[in-house]
Amino acid sequence: MSSADVCAAILWVGVTLYAIFGGADFGAGIWDFLAGRGERADKVRAQIDRSIGPVWEANHVWLIFVLVILWTAFSPAFSAIFSTLYIPLALAALGIVLRGSGFAFRHALPGPVERPATRIFGLASVLTPFFMGTVVGAVAAGEVPAGGNGDPTGSWIGFLPLSLGVLFVLLTAYTAAVFLVRDSGAAGDESLRGYFERRALGAAVIAGGAAVVGVIALHADARYVYDGLTSWPGIALVIGSGLCGLIALGFLVSGRNYGLRVAAVGAGTAVIWGYFAAAFPYVLPTSLKISDAAAPSGTLTAVMAVFGAAVVVVIPSLALLYTLSQRQALESYSASSDATSPRR
Amino acid sequence: MPDVAVLADSGSNLLAARNQMGFTLGFHIVLACFGVAFPAVMLIAEAYGQRKDDRDALQLARNWSKGVAVLFAVGAVSGTVLSFEFGLLWPRFMDRFGDAFGIAFGIEGIFFFLEAIFIAIYIYGWDRLSPRAHMLSAIPIVISGIGGAFSVISANAWMNQPQGFDLDGAGNVTNVRPLEVIFNPATGYEFFHMWLAAYMVTGFLIASVYAVGMLRGRRDRYHRLGFLFPFTVAAIAAPIQLFVGDTAARAVADDQPAKFAGFECVYESGDNQAEHIGGICHDGKVTGAISIPGLDSLLVGFSTNTYVKGLDQIPDDREPPAKTMLHLAFDTMVGIGTALFLLAVWFAISWWRRRDIPGTPWFLRLAALAGVGALLALESGWIVTEVGRQPWIVYGFMRTTDAVTPAQGIWWVFGLTMLLYVGLAVTAITVLRALSRRWREGLPEQPGEVPYGPPPGEGSGASA
Ligand code: HDD
Ligand code: HEM
Ligand code: HEM
Repeated sequence: MSSADVCAAILWVGVTLYAIFGGADFGAGIWDFLAGRGERADKVRAQIDRSIGPVWEANHVWLIFVLVILWTAFSPAFSAIFSTLYIPLALAALGIVLRGSGFAFRHALPGPVERPATRIFGLASVLTPFFMGTVVGAVAAGEVPAGGNGDPTGSWIGFLPLSLGVLFVLLTAYTAAVFLVRDSGAAGDESLRGYFERRALGAAVIAGGAAVVGVIALHADARYVYDGLTSWPGIALVIGSGLCGLIALGFLVSGRNYGLRVAAVGAGTAVIWGYFAAAFPYVLPTSLKISDAAAPSGTLTAVMAVFGAAVVVVIPSLALLYTLSQRQALESYSASSDATSPRR
Repeated sequence: MPDVAVLADSGSNLLAARNQMGFTLGFHIVLACFGVAFPAVMLIAEAYGQRKDDRDALQLARNWSKGVAVLFAVGAVSGTVLSFEFGLLWPRFMDRFGDAFGIAFGIEGIFFFLEAIFIAIYIYGWDRLSPRAHMLSAIPIVISGIGGAFSVISANAWMNQPQGFDLDGAGNVTNVRPLEVIFNPATGYEFFHMWLAAYMVTGFLIASVYAVGMLRGRRDRYHRLGFLFPFTVAAIAAPIQLFVGDTAARAVADDQPAKFAGFECVYESGDNQAEHIGGICHDGKVTGAISIPGLDSLLVGFSTNTYVKGLDQIPDDREPPAKTMLHLAFDTMVGIGTALFLLAVWFAISWWRRRDIPGTPWFLRLAALAGVGALLALESGWIVTEVGRQPWIVYGFMRTTDAVTPAQGIWWVFGLTMLLYVGLAVTAITVLRALSRRWREGLPEQPGEVPYGPPPGEGSGASA
């Protein structure tokens, strides 16, 4: 493997973590929006707050990581993507701003801003996954020319990009529901667990249907990627993903918590790496190769060093955060215990 | 008058893109300052509270941490917008120079992770972690704020003093030397200047909230400490800032003479240059300024004989635009910097003599303005740096005109962004004010509670 390939793999690690963990935070926003009103909706929202409150900002940094690696190690690809797909990218950024601030405001101050902030949080949570999906679809379909400045509308308003947009929304909702099943189960709230379980199953069925449409669209618009996914080694990852997905479904139905998240994460990871294998050796199939887009070796070495440092300091810190929040050592206090905090 | 010609060409994409970039950066930098310095102020309050067993100090730290949470979230989203903008507005810059310019951002990413992680642990850990563990969790936040600022500033410094790469025959970047990119000649002073600026802006702004409270008669210990911690931090930074700013000015005179001549309005090269304070710079002369003979030369080279390069030596197409604005922005920064220094001295003398805040309400009135003043100085400083670098995006290597996107519709985006950001700012301020009102109304209640440990009457959460 050349150092350009290593950097591409590093980029893809970031993409995977953002898609799964960042994606789940967006999906939680969708369930928040659909929760409606009333006592149970309040419980649902409280669980969502507890689950994503401590971690969403850290998960969001994976996106920054991806952008930075892309523009540093593969700057021509970054430039080509952004100069072509600026409309969906700007809308994805809008979703990020509204989602993040909506969540932070409602979290900080129960009261007058809570309701509008909640609504904005929910609606905006659909924007980002959808438009990110169209971006991936446009790249896969070869709509981004290596030199950039491709068709600003035609590139992403098409069968494949739009169906991937919808699929991304459904998948984030599914992942979020699975995580919430696990969290409410761990908190011992069986009725809430059931609530999310039904939603996870519903989302799984709909997303499965959308995935079939996605495969048809890939076949029609992105032959290179389609062929890669249906031949070795892509096919192995696709099958692995399907198996993990089935296991996760089995765990869901049988009410099992242990291993549920691992199975769902495995399904996501396998398919994301399936794409990587299928598109290899291209960053922009089939106009720009990884090796042609790569930065000079000094830069690539710096990127690898940064990644090494990230593994050494960031991963243990993330593990600490996840552990503390899973053990509920970081109980959300801002909404509930404001009443009990000293100076109230 | 070339300045007007630039501004009048309002159909141009370039102008729209610059406005968009400048506006969103100017917004983010305020939150970035809080991200860099607020955790430090909070940590000082908590450490003091734990050491002296001071409940007011602990309460301040706890309340502030909620402010940090809100500001951090808005900072994170507005910073993300900036990352998108590099690609959306300046794709050709990123295409050509991303492999050098981008390196520092990689390091920044690590600090962002650490900051986001430990802020979460700190904020959510108030009732759950032991006092010691809780306080320890703030230290990585403070360090990563500083490290994050260093990385971003190093990238910006590289735009001013690009080095650490070669260009091949086709003008592409080759042979990148990351350490030279990161530690370019502008990194040092820009970083220290910005670091201190963040502590000044944050310190004076928080202190100004409590100064207003004290002027309205809320002179309890809680308000007094709420004033003292942040004000002291800012007051320590203020004198050092004068020194660093002065160093920066001399470095710019050496390395970016066009920028220096622009903000000092030096039209004719030569020694014994006058320092112009205020005034309007156009048609090759300065009007309406207070001019102190020889001072500019003296400041640059410690002697009135120092030669200073003027705009006459600089080709027209390498001169910065909007010289009056540059000049006034520079004067604003220096003027406010000096005023804040004097305010800090006043405070220091009073503290040294009487162990107290100066008694006259005039001190509090000025302190109440100091936050806004520091903010103005900060924004002015960035205008000096960024507009003064024009017409270059990478000084001496790439012009901003050659970097901008050909995409249409940026004016629309700019308009919508302004609306969105005004909305964000208004909501953030509303939320912070509502929080502080709530703390104030709740002040005398429940004196027996402690900020640590599980809240009474509640189990320790679920056990898995
Ligand atoms: C609280 C804010 C603040 C205060 C009081 C000052 N500055 Fe400043 N200044 C900034 C905040 C700032 C900044 C953070 O906004 C800038 C923009 C880029 C940078 O490195 O720092 C800046 C830039 C900047 C530059 C341009 C650097 C460049 O282009 O690379 C110069 C020459 C000075 N400053 C000089 C001064 C002097 C002589 C000051 C003292 C009296 C002073 N500043 C006070
Ligand atoms: C946060 C404080 C900052 C402020 C307020 C600020 C302000 C501005 C302004 C006003 C412009 C427009 C210049 C003009 O129209 O003449 C600009 C341009 C720009 N700035 Fe900054 N800037 C800041 C920091 C940074 C940093 C840290 C970087 C990079 C690391 C950066 C990168 C750029 C780029 C790429 C442009 C566009 C190209 C150009 O006009 O030269 N800025 N900024
Ligand atoms: C002078 C300039 C800047 C300083 C000192 C600075 C500093 C900071 C700090 C301390 C944070 C942490 C969040 C917070 O505290 O609110 C932050 C967030 C962020 N900044 Fe800036 N920044 C600057 C300019 C920029 C620029 C030019 C970019 C564009 C690439 C940028 C991108 C980001 C991003 C992406 C985040 C979010 C990170 C997260 O998700 O936690 N910043 N910045």
